[in-house]
Amino acid sequence: MADALLALREIRKEFPGVVALDKVDFNLHAGEVHAVMGENGAGKSTLIKVITGVYPRDAGSMELDGKSLHPRSTLEAEAAGISTVYQEVNLVGTLSVAENILLGRQPRKFGIIRWDETRRLAEKALARLGLELDLSRQLDSCSMAIQQMVAIARALDINARVLILDEPTSSLDEQETAALFKVMRQLRDEGLAILFVTHFLDQVHEISDRITVLRNGALVGEYKTVELTRMQLIGKMLGREPEALQDKSTGSKWAAETRDEILRGEGIGRKGSVHPLDLSVRRGEVVGLGGLLGSGRTETARLLFGIDAPDSGRVQIDGQAKSLNHPRKAIANGLAFCSEDRKGEGIIPNLSLRENLILAMQASRGPVRLLPSAEQEQLCAHYIDALNIKTPNAATPICNLSGGNQQKVLLARWLAMQPRLIILDEPARGIDVGAKAEIEKLVRSLREKGMAVVFISSELEEVVHTCDRVAVMRDRRKVGELSGEEITEQRIMDLMAHHE
Amino acid sequence: MRRFIPVFATFAVLIALFATASGMYERFFTARVIANLFSDNAFLGITAIGMTFVILSGGIDLSVGAVLAFTMTFIASMITDHSWHPLVAIPTALIIGTVFGGTMGFLIQRYELPPFLVTLAGMFFARGMAFMVSSESISIEHDFYTALQDLKIVVGPKAKLKIGAVIFLAVLALAIFVAHWTPFGRNIYAIGGNESSARLMGLPVASTKMLIYALNGFCSALAGAVATLYMGSGNPAMGVGLELDAIAAVVIGGTLLTGGVGFVAGTLGGVLIFGTIQSALIFDGRLNSWWLRIAISVLLLIFILLQRQLSRFTKTSRT
Amino acid sequence: MNDPMAKPKEWFQGGSLVWPLLGLVALLAYDFLFVDGFFRLEVRDGHLYGTLVDILNQGSKTMLLALGMTLVIATGGVDLSVGSLMAISGALVAVLVTQTEMSLAMIVPIALAATALLGAFNGVLVSVAGIQPIVATLILMVGGRGIAMLITGGQIVTFEHAGMVYIGNGHFLGLPFTVTLVLVMLLVTSLLMRKTACGLFVEAVGDNETASRFSGVSTRSVKLAVYGFSGICAGLAGLIAASNIKAADSSRVGEMMELDAIFAVVVGGTALTGGRFNLLGSIIGALLIQTLTTTMITQGVPPAIAPVPKAIVIVAVCLLQSEKFRAEIGGRFGRRASA
Repeated sequence: MADALLALREIRKEFPGVVALDKVDFNLHAGEVHAVMGENGAGKSTLIKVITGVYPRDAGSMELDGKSLHPRSTLEAEAAGISTVYQEVNLVGTLSVAENILLGRQPRKFGIIRWDETRRLAEKALARLGLELDLSRQLDSCSMAIQQMVAIARALDINARVLILDEPTSSLDEQETAALFKVMRQLRDEGLAILFVTHFLDQVHEISDRITVLRNGALVGEYKTVELTRMQLIGKMLGREPEALQDKSTGSKWAAETRDEILRGEGIGRKGSVHPLDLSVRRGEVVGLGGLLGSGRTETARLLFGIDAPDSGRVQIDGQAKSLNHPRKAIANGLAFCSEDRKGEGIIPNLSLRENLILAMQASRGPVRLLPSAEQEQLCAHYIDALNIKTPNAATPICNLSGGNQQKVLLARWLAMQPRLIILDEPARGIDVGAKAEIEKLVRSLREKGMAVVFISSELEEVVHTCDRVAVMRDRRKVGELSGEEITEQRIMDLMAHHE
Repeated sequence: MRRFIPVFATFAVLIALFATASGMYERFFTARVIANLFSDNAFLGITAIGMTFVILSGGIDLSVGAVLAFTMTFIASMITDHSWHPLVAIPTALIIGTVFGGTMGFLIQRYELPPFLVTLAGMFFARGMAFMVSSESISIEHDFYTALQDLKIVVGPKAKLKIGAVIFLAVLALAIFVAHWTPFGRNIYAIGGNESSARLMGLPVASTKMLIYALNGFCSALAGAVATLYMGSGNPAMGVGLELDAIAAVVIGGTLLTGGVGFVAGTLGGVLIFGTIQSALIFDGRLNSWWLRIAISVLLLIFILLQRQLSRFTKTSRT
Repeated sequence: MNDPMAKPKEWFQGGSLVWPLLGLVALLAYDFLFVDGFFRLEVRDGHLYGTLVDILNQGSKTMLLALGMTLVIATGGVDLSVGSLMAISGALVAVLVTQTEMSLAMIVPIALAATALLGAFNGVLVSVAGIQPIVATLILMVGGRGIAMLITGGQIVTFEHAGMVYIGNGHFLGLPFTVTLVLVMLLVTSLLMRKTACGLFVEAVGDNETASRFSGVSTRSVKLAVYGFSGICAGLAGLIAASNIKAADSSRVGEMMELDAIFAVVVGGTALTGGRFNLLGSIIGALLIQTLTTTMITQGVPPAIAPVPKAIVIVAVCLLQSEKFRAEIGGRFGRRASA
């Protein structure tokens, strides 16, 4: 094979306490669409940021067209010919389409912007993508797909040779995605090197020529797309070779059909987020939401907890129809939700462990009836002990605790409410192995006590071991459900890959 | 087209107000009243134009009234007490205003301090300095100055544009040109629309932001100079609350207070609405001046809510 | 404030009270050394008089405003309308006192209810309409004085009502009544914040609004409440201001007071970005600003020039709180140390 246009060798990037990339090689050729795949924490975004100069690399080499490259900013990377289009389009929504393409590079005469020339150039840039748009239209009023296209037009206009598309399809519908792919193919055929990141498996096989898989900051391998089945791809991403998959069920399973149904969702969905799906959870049952990152698991949880309003279907609690349009209502109905985004949606960073722990309980009591301090202390003491939270004392600001201990405090926040159903979204993400085992143990003991759990995890083993029933999701759809002895790694993977 | 709606609304309100006033009061619809709208509101207008750039960039400047007062007092004191020639005093004052604005811009940009806080401090500082120059009003007596004050362009029967109005219109034309035909102007819109994007697009965000506050300092100082020509004196207590009037004129002129959207021409509309209400109240004689405040704040509320709705609407109606 | 249930020793580790206190002590030390008779107190008719007492008395308005402003800023907002709200409460009281037979026990609650409602109007704009706080409160900042003028008919309404005059000029337990008023409000606010869950909610919303909402906190009500409370504080300050001059002067009263209040809060250690707040710190901040003003006046600096040093203090405090500035200064010192 010809020499790569962009070649990375043994790239290493370390953050305090984490090795984000460890000896990663990556080759991007002119005239190919190259997908970079991996689950959370695999190192995809770090890799892109190293290439675009957002992060300096700690070790390794990077060559563009045989010349060593050390970009110190996205601007330097752009000047070298590497342009990036992000999921959250980095353009100015309040300005026109034409201006967004040429901002900072407008044609001028004596320092005066020549608008007619600007429009002509913008038209030309869009025409290269086969697009004809109203150039004076405000970008904000265009669809996300058009905004992506405009971003690509701008990127190409800076003489890009490498185009990085970071999850460009996350907020596009099928037609929009198809249009984007058409443009991508055309650009590829013109000799552009395209690096493509996505969570959608279908799309990878549809558009990419080669795939590089990363896992936990290390390179798993580089493959030709046609030679890698979807099943194999998932296996590589999750670190489970299909041959080595466990085809047996582990953990004890309830046959929970006879128990009372706590929550029942019928056809709940939200446009652009989750296709309508059914889901029911019974008392004392652990229901897993399986699937890869971006498959719609978190979005489903947000619908159930009243964070986003579903625009179809209905939710029943104990057989009664409820409209849960605010987390407060969900909580009042005995639900709890431990978000995967611990920093953004979980902890109140500068408040103490104690205040973080009692927050949900206090919120449900209202502002007046302050939880007596003795009770607060008792709760803290109880959960620090029960969940083995490592902290100097309950007055320590939560931001001073380790990730695992923060997670335990958030769990305690909800357990103190004694909810009837708790949604745990990737509760074990980013925490150490010991804490992971403890959380798994905790989930089982909650089940023993009759609590219902919705358990979201990317780790097959964890799902198989913990859940009584698993709803498997792929590309924002529920694609199947397994229960009891059916729950095996093999079966879940089959569903995720849609082999049946 | 949606971004033009607020400006259309501005001029619709202006025309409606003017028509109503013309219907209610005799001799309101005359060239004289219209010309006076420009002469009487020249210094507010110049301040509002500077403020337009600041607000377009997503910032705010509360120091303009105080800078105006300082400039007035400085010019008056230099000419009357220290016998400077006006052609020395005025440019010096303009330079001081520009440097002062630039310094605030530097603090805001370099240390990421909130603009409203820095310019509040700037307001305290400039107001105090104005009183330090002179604790009371100084009238300006200088032949050259009197000659300047007497300059006027006759535009109709009994209708004259004084020098202040001419400067205002010149600044307006220049500002429209800068906002729409120079990279600096477009960068202001980009920064106000999405600062982090502007940075990623490689636009000179830091220098542009500093320049905006320097430019506004210049406009405030120029407004101060025009105000001395209008009043013939320099008063350290002038311009209290002028920053609010200027901000109101900008917002009623259709500029989004969060930045990124708006037109300098709209600000002209805002200033004229302000002036029309004021003239109508004077013509009426029965209504008191506080109605101006109330009317302005109601218009402010309406325009803020209108823009809020429009920006929500824009984002939900993508096609 | 750190976790209010932390041990006293840990209260000071946050250090938020230390800096404003040090500033105040330094200023007082200067006054002690260089200003003749600054600390002189005398008793006349059983009342305490002296410069220190004056500082407490004249600083009472800023202190009251700072209490409300602290909570608003703690939620990540700001309230620019307090000066105008002072004018409204003063106008209402003056008109009601002179033109009706109502008792003060009726009039004061009416005035405070009015400013509370207007504060809540700010709160609605911020929390329901989603308008940024500076913009939302600007509307009443512009219009509030007009409303006050409307109430007084554009006149300066003077009054001789004994009860009203007492609020700003009377003495209680040997000290100006305003001191008691501030202490009571501080006590009530502190109890409200620390003996109920209000303080927790305010800090939680300011520190991480999303996480608070996900935990079931009604973030809208919290914001509505703090702006309403700020309105009440402004109303009280307006009563004092009117009482001081025995008149409602709608165009001048409370002018620039919003700035003093914001400065007091920032100097007092509550971050403009919201989160942890410190009521006592804001009170100290207000006293610091008043002491600065009084010191300058006793030194013969005209009151009109007093804003200049204030401006310098506030910029200095903001710079010290700016991470970038610290990094630059720290970097310079660090380099010197390593060289």
